[in-house]
Amino acid sequence: MSEKFNEIPMAGNIIEPGNSEKYKTGGWRAEKPIHNPEACLWVKNGTCGRCWIFCPDMSVILTEKDGKHAYAFNYDYCKGCGICANECPTDSIHMEKE
Amino acid sequence: MTVSKDKITVEGLTGDAAIAHALKQANLDVLAAYPITPQTIIVEDYQRFAADGEVNAAVIPVESEHSAMSACVGASAVGARVATASASAGLALMWEILYVAASMRMPIVFTVANRALSGPINIHNDHSDGMGMRDSGFIQLYCQSSQEAYDTTLMAFLLAEHHDVLLPVMVGIDGFIVSHNVERVEMLADDVVEKFVGVRDPVQNLNPNKPLTMGPLALTDYYFEFKEQQSRAIMGVPKVYKEIEAEFEKLTGRKYGMFETYKTEDAEIIILAMSSMGGTAKVVVDALREKGEKVGSIRLKMFRPFPAEDLAKAVGNAKAVMIFEKAMSFGGATHPLALEVRTALYEAKERPMVLDFVVGLGGRDVPPTTFVEGYEKTKEYLKAGKAPKYETLGVRK
Repeated sequence: MSEKFNEIPMAGNIIEPGNSEKYKTGGWRAEKPIHNPEACLWVKNGTCGRCWIFCPDMSVILTEKDGKHAYAFNYDYCKGCGICANECPTDSIHMEKE
Repeated sequence: MTVSKDKITVEGLTGDAAIAHALKQANLDVLAAYPITPQTIIVEDYQRFAADGEVNAAVIPVESEHSAMSACVGASAVGARVATASASAGLALMWEILYVAASMRMPIVFTVANRALSGPINIHNDHSDGMGMRDSGFIQLYCQSSQEAYDTTLMAFLLAEHHDVLLPVMVGIDGFIVSHNVERVEMLADDVVEKFVGVRDPVQNLNPNKPLTMGPLALTDYYFEFKEQQSRAIMGVPKVYKEIEAEFEKLTGRKYGMFETYKTEDAEIIILAMSSMGGTAKVVVDALREKGEKVGSIRLKMFRPFPAEDLAKAVGNAKAVMIFEKAMSFGGATHPLALEVRTALYEAKERPMVLDFVVGLGGRDVPPTTFVEGYEKTKEYLKAGKAPKYETLGVRK
């Protein structure tokens, strides 16, 4: 974002397709979601996943390896909307100020 | 090096018809327009050329001027050579897309038969529409005659599409006064024009094989930089314009400059006007010169970018410059043309007195006597050493 006027494409044209990936919208976040694995149904038995379903930015990362379920947020794109915390049936997600 | 006589067709044409012929010869790809007086003949004639198979362009009869300019932006984005035409309320309906066209750097040629804005609704000439769009980022060239309209329309494509410019160009003629009056017009042969205007060579265009996005969002972090680019592009126009006009002069022997001066060298009072008023001003200058008055005139053609330095030099030695302009900036310190001229002269050591006469609104005739009235007033103001910031002439008050 430090480019001068003559170092960027004319008229705002985006000359590299798909470069929205590079735009880290996580920078918009005022509050970040914090996950507590103790009561989380995904971590417990690989069920629920409501946070994953409802996240509008695909920022909830649910993975499974050798029968173990891992939980993470992608903070590069999480805008901190809090939908995951709102949807969680076990109150395993809470929002904290950035 | 000028084109031989047998390659020139001479016809009696209205300003609108002259522009239509220029558009026909400029080898357009797309013309999208919506009819409005007094521009209608431009598109009518062009549609006839299209119906008769004389042009290959896609003519898009859209449902509004907003759509006309939008279609032009889309076609121009693909890399097409594009033109449209409008006036007054139609131009006003394009408003949003005028800014889009300029900021997306689309080299669209926009011919306008300048007409008053409503209300009351009025179909006749003044410059309210052109002055209304003055900050849109369009280059603005105002023409005095049908011949100049033809010539300027051809040159406008080269100017707009030049890689150092890439901006839309408005070519203006006075509604009815030029758009509907028949004048002698010399037209070049098709092959000569074809060679002169060439084919558009787009810098970046929409192409599925090389995808890019045009017109995206830019917020606090980038918007300003794009405006810097745009501002620099339009400020570079005079250099390119002079080069193109020099080429055109080689072909035709005709040139107009950013403004035309007439008997200004020793003039104490200079008339400054635009478009068709420039012709009347010359007649007034000749008549007053016969009476021994030291008067000259300047007819400004390029309003955007405003040739501030050149114009300041041209009027700098006079005692007074009288501006006759056909638009009002309601509540402004003065009106559009005078604002520019006063600003242009601010740094000058010996500034001429600047008089701002608003005339001809809604097509009110501006006869030589109006200029003489302004001239007499100016002489009195010079004697008194002060003048009003502006005044209207030719209105019942």
